[in-house]
Amino acid sequence: MIWLYDFGLLVLVIIAALLTLNLRDLMGSAIVFGTYSFLMCLLWTVMGAVDVAFTEAAVGAGVSTVFVIATAYNIKKEAKD
Amino acid sequence: MKTLALVISLLMGSILVVSLDDLPAWGDVNSPANSHVSAYYLDNTMQQTGVPNVVTSVLADYRGFDTMFETGVVFVAVIGIMAILRRDQRLEDIEKVERPPYFPPDPAITGVAARFIVPFMQIFGLYVLAHGHYSPGGGFQAGVILGASVILLAMTNGLNGALSRLTEDWFVLLSGLGFLIFAGVGLACMFYGGNFLDYSALAPLMGGEPSVAAVKARYHAMLWVEIGVTFTVMSAMFAIYSYLASDGWMDRGL
Repeated sequence: MIWLYDFGLLVLVIIAALLTLNLRDLMGSAIVFGTYSFLMCLLWTVMGAVDVAFTEAAVGAGVSTVFVIATAYNIKKEAKD
Repeated sequence: MKTLALVISLLMGSILVVSLDDLPAWGDVNSPANSHVSAYYLDNTMQQTGVPNVVTSVLADYRGFDTMFETGVVFVAVIGIMAILRRDQRLEDIEKVERPPYFPPDPAITGVAARFIVPFMQIFGLYVLAHGHYSPGGGFQAGVILGASVILLAMTNGLNGALSRLTEDWFVLLSGLGFLIFAGVGLACMFYGGNFLDYSALAPLMGGEPSVAAVKARYHAMLWVEIGVTFTVMSAMFAIYSYLASDGWMDRGL
């Protein structure tokens, strides 16, 4: 069962990563990137690296999402490519 | 160009996947990483530092240099972002710059909710800092949580409100001060005749049996060091947010 949980998380991480790269809307991309960070945090927890997971949750999913959103708000809304 | 990039990344990815086989298995007791240094830390941390959380003791004590310069990197990041983004209203005319629309935050619901939750976040941040010796956490996480509480205030009540509590002068000063606290603990160790960041040299400050005093010194010096890291990271997070959100003008948030 742990295997299934791991596998599901990995698939979700890859989906989140691909979505982050491919979304046209920068704001949506930033939010999916936050999801990616949070999924990575869950993966760290599964592997027993609780300190790293804590940092990932606070820095990756929390503050850096805010930074990316703040930046995305101040530049043009749509990515060119 | 795009297909070339895809081919290259697929090629590199498959090389990585193929070479995965040569890595030691996850959690392998006999892997090189687990059989030399880790074993030493696991066996000796408790006697040498008195800190049950090995991660904290490795981060703040055994690998103190690493953490000190990580703190330095955070400080340099603040200075860099400031140098690039900060604008001077005396030199540029703010009216002429094209900026995205500004919707002032309505403090009726989000503002009140944020003001309710911010004290709890800050208490939790302090707990993470103080309890980092025993549970996951420590200076970096505590700093991020404390910084996030100020950022939340800035997002819900306007950047000006948060900036009046933690002004630009203060967060720049604090981010430097945190690094100085860290380096100062290291210098104090040299002052007492040890190596730089060799906390056991601070034993004369602690009193008691010499062997116990050395452990005590390392335990308490780690807390001081983490407090320094917290200062730097907290002010760095808010500094970066306020420069990014206001596009360097420091007048309004998102």
